[in-house]
Amino acid sequence: MEVTQTWYLVLSALLFGIGFVGLLVRRNPLIMFMCIELMLNAVNITFVAFSNALDDVAGRTAVFFVLVVAAAEVVVGLSLVVALMRRRPSLTADELTSLRG
Amino acid sequence: MVDVAWLIPAFPLLGFVLLILFGHRLGEPLAGWLATAASAGAFGSTVVALAGLLALDAPERFHIVELFTWLDVGSLEVDAGLLVDPLSITMSLFITGVGTLIHLYSVGYMHGDRNYSKFFIYLNMFITSMLLLVLGDNLLLTFLGWEGVGACSYLLISFWFDRGEDGTANAVAGKKAFVTNRVGDFGYMLATFLVFAGIGSINYDDIVTRAGELSPRTATLIVVLFLLAAAGKSAQLPLFVWLPDAMAGPTPVSALIHAATMVTSGVFLLTRLNPILAEAQLWSTGLIAWVGALTALFAATVAVAQNDIKRVLAYSTVSQLGYLFLAVGVGGYVPAIFHMVTHAFFKALLFLGSGSVIHGLHDEQDMRRMGGLQRFMPITAMTFIVGWLAIAGVPPFSGFWSKDEILLYAWNADEIGGKALWAVGLVTAILTAFYMTRLVVLTFFGRTRFYDPTAEEITAAWEARTGAADGFTAEAREAEKTAVAAVEKAREDVARKREAVTRAEEKLVVAREALDASDPAADEKAHDKLVKAFDRASASLPKAEEGVVTAEAKVAELAAAVDEAMAATRSRQSQVAALAGARDQAAMPDTVVTALTEPVELDDDLAGHLPESYRRRQEYHPHESPPTMTVPLVVLAVLAAVGGGLNLPFASNLHFLADWLEPSLFGNEVHVTASAATKWALAVIAVACGLCAIVAAFSVYLRGRQDPRRLEQPGMRRAWYVDETFANFFGGPGRLLFDGLARFDRGVIDGAVRGVAQGSSNFGDSLRALQPGFVRSYGLAVGLGSILMLLWFLGRMF
Repeated sequence: MEVTQTWYLVLSALLFGIGFVGLLVRRNPLIMFMCIELMLNAVNITFVAFSNALDDVAGRTAVFFVLVVAAAEVVVGLSLVVALMRRRPSLTADELTSLRG
Repeated sequence: MVDVAWLIPAFPLLGFVLLILFGHRLGEPLAGWLATAASAGAFGSTVVALAGLLALDAPERFHIVELFTWLDVGSLEVDAGLLVDPLSITMSLFITGVGTLIHLYSVGYMHGDRNYSKFFIYLNMFITSMLLLVLGDNLLLTFLGWEGVGACSYLLISFWFDRGEDGTANAVAGKKAFVTNRVGDFGYMLATFLVFAGIGSINYDDIVTRAGELSPRTATLIVVLFLLAAAGKSAQLPLFVWLPDAMAGPTPVSALIHAATMVTSGVFLLTRLNPILAEAQLWSTGLIAWVGALTALFAATVAVAQNDIKRVLAYSTVSQLGYLFLAVGVGGYVPAIFHMVTHAFFKALLFLGSGSVIHGLHDEQDMRRMGGLQRFMPITAMTFIVGWLAIAGVPPFSGFWSKDEILLYAWNADEIGGKALWAVGLVTAILTAFYMTRLVVLTFFGRTRFYDPTAEEITAAWEARTGAADGFTAEAREAEKTAVAAVEKAREDVARKREAVTRAEEKLVVAREALDASDPAADEKAHDKLVKAFDRASASLPKAEEGVVTAEAKVAELAAAVDEAMAATRSRQSQVAALAGARDQAAMPDTVVTALTEPVELDDDLAGHLPESYRRRQEYHPHESPPTMTVPLVVLAVLAAVGGGLNLPFASNLHFLADWLEPSLFGNEVHVTASAATKWALAVIAVACGLCAIVAAFSVYLRGRQDPRRLEQPGMRRAWYVDETFANFFGGPGRLLFDGLARFDRGVIDGAVRGVAQGSSNFGDSLRALQPGFVRSYGLAVGLGSILMLLWFLGRMF
């Protein structure tokens, strides 16, 4: 059975969906953070798949950008999460409501 | 060389900044000298710019020195630039020239003032603003100067803000000037907007080239609005009310700002805008001429009846400014500027002279208290007389040439009632000669009334005297009372003595009866006793009667004393009544008529009651002012004497000022068509009338041939009640209107503003529900939003 482009797209959609649902239903900031990473990488798969199918290097280039941005985001985000968890280990995302209007 | 024009306002600006920073440390007199040097620097730069301008050909003498772009908003572009042309340089010359002299004079005049350096800060700031006003190359920069001079005028009128009646009068005068000028500024701003709407620019060079694009109706409206602005700044009817009150400021300020420079800026503005005036309908320029003529006449009548030397000059200034408006209105820009320059010379001279008089007389401003001062202050008197001859229009002094030029142009303006304008102008000239002669005679000639007791002092003396008489009367009354009491007592004594007589008689009767009843044979001893008692009783009766006689004599004596005391009281009372009558008869000197030629007669007793201030004054002597004050007077006197040479009428090559101003007027100057004979006739009539007025004033005020009270009606002294009418209107019915407007402002305008703010706030409140602070709901919103966008894209695709 040949692995066609559709397979990659379906995989990507599944991973994105898992990440999205995880983001919405979980309350642990660290898990939510991981879900976002999952969604980013799902998008990366799509980029690579289309890049391969269309034989265009731009898709792969975009992946590098996403990776770089994700790395930067991890630096900032994880440090925030760690700082928060250190202060209150039992913290959930729903308790972080200081920005409520 | 023209490009150094930026130095002209820069010098006083620098002086202003330096004085703000170091003025207090420099102190007296260095701060004053620094300010004078700054003003002199501006004068020097103006002379350089003048030389540069003269080096150019006449048509090129309209030079703009661009400094930087000030505003660039949409199609409105305003540069901060200086317009150097004959008009602005002429104005700058006399502003800086007269200004420097007045700075110099102030160095002496403000001697000992505790805010010495502050005064010079204001003066330099004023010179800067005034130069911006005349040199600005657009209406906005002129407006900046316009407001700047207004602010300085306010600050300087109320410079001695803690003096004046109630300690607030000076501050109130400053406020009055500021508020009255706001009325005119409103006209200025509206007119500027109209100019921008009409030709899309507010630069003077655009106005010059494109004034023709304005419709006559717009041009007329612009002219009328600028007339409102000019009437405010130049104190014309009906906005003149602030200028007489502005005399509360120090005298150099009155000379510089409220006579020579700032008040002429209205005339300058109308002259600068001559291309627009040329486009306007005839009635608007006619309005300018008539406003000017009526103001001139009105103020001249008021000046005749003023007693404060500075107020005479203030009304005289209003009157002369009226002449300038008259000249502009009939298209005579050259005579307007000519008279403006000569007026700056002689009016500054007159004001500074009056300041010198006030200074020498210990702050005495009432002319009824002057007289004969030429003996004490010869330089002031000589220079003042030159100024008087100039303003009275006596040839060959400067005022004659410029005033006659204006009258000639008025005669020429047939389309707007020129002959009537000329007649009004001539009557004003006669009144001017009259009141100025009155001023000079009352101040410098005749009897020295400075040492006379003042009305207040005489009142005080009368009070002291009647008070003393009242005291004597009270004493007499007291004496009378004691005498009456003594008589009463003596009368009581008489009654007692009479009773004693009666008692003695009764005793005698009893004794006789007892004697008759007794029988001497029966009891000899008892009988002898009774005989003795009878003898005693009959002996005591004459004694008692004698007592009555003495007592009655005493009563009579005391009664005579009472009569005497009563007569004394009556004579005292009649004396007091006589004093009151005499006091009423010795009418308090309310006009100059009293004591004009002869001193008020005071008998020795009254003179003895004059208060301390009178005796102190006898030891004081009026004195000539220091050289810092007399040097400017002499310079100005020379200028006032020969200033007419700027524009002599005899030959066309003697019209220096007219030729010089030509590049600023663009041929909008009217040309007089009258024949040489008419010109001569008009001049001769004016001079003859002026001389008659001078002679009349001499005969009234020096010789006392006529009671001045018949000339000086109370209505004239109160400026025909214009001020009171304003106050009553704005305090009464006007107040209702303003309250209504204020309610409209608070309710509708402020209501709309507050309503919008409240609405935004409410809308924001309703949006708060969208921000719960839950990260996951934000995530859901982002996700759903992306899905909706995706669907939208798909929908567009198919």
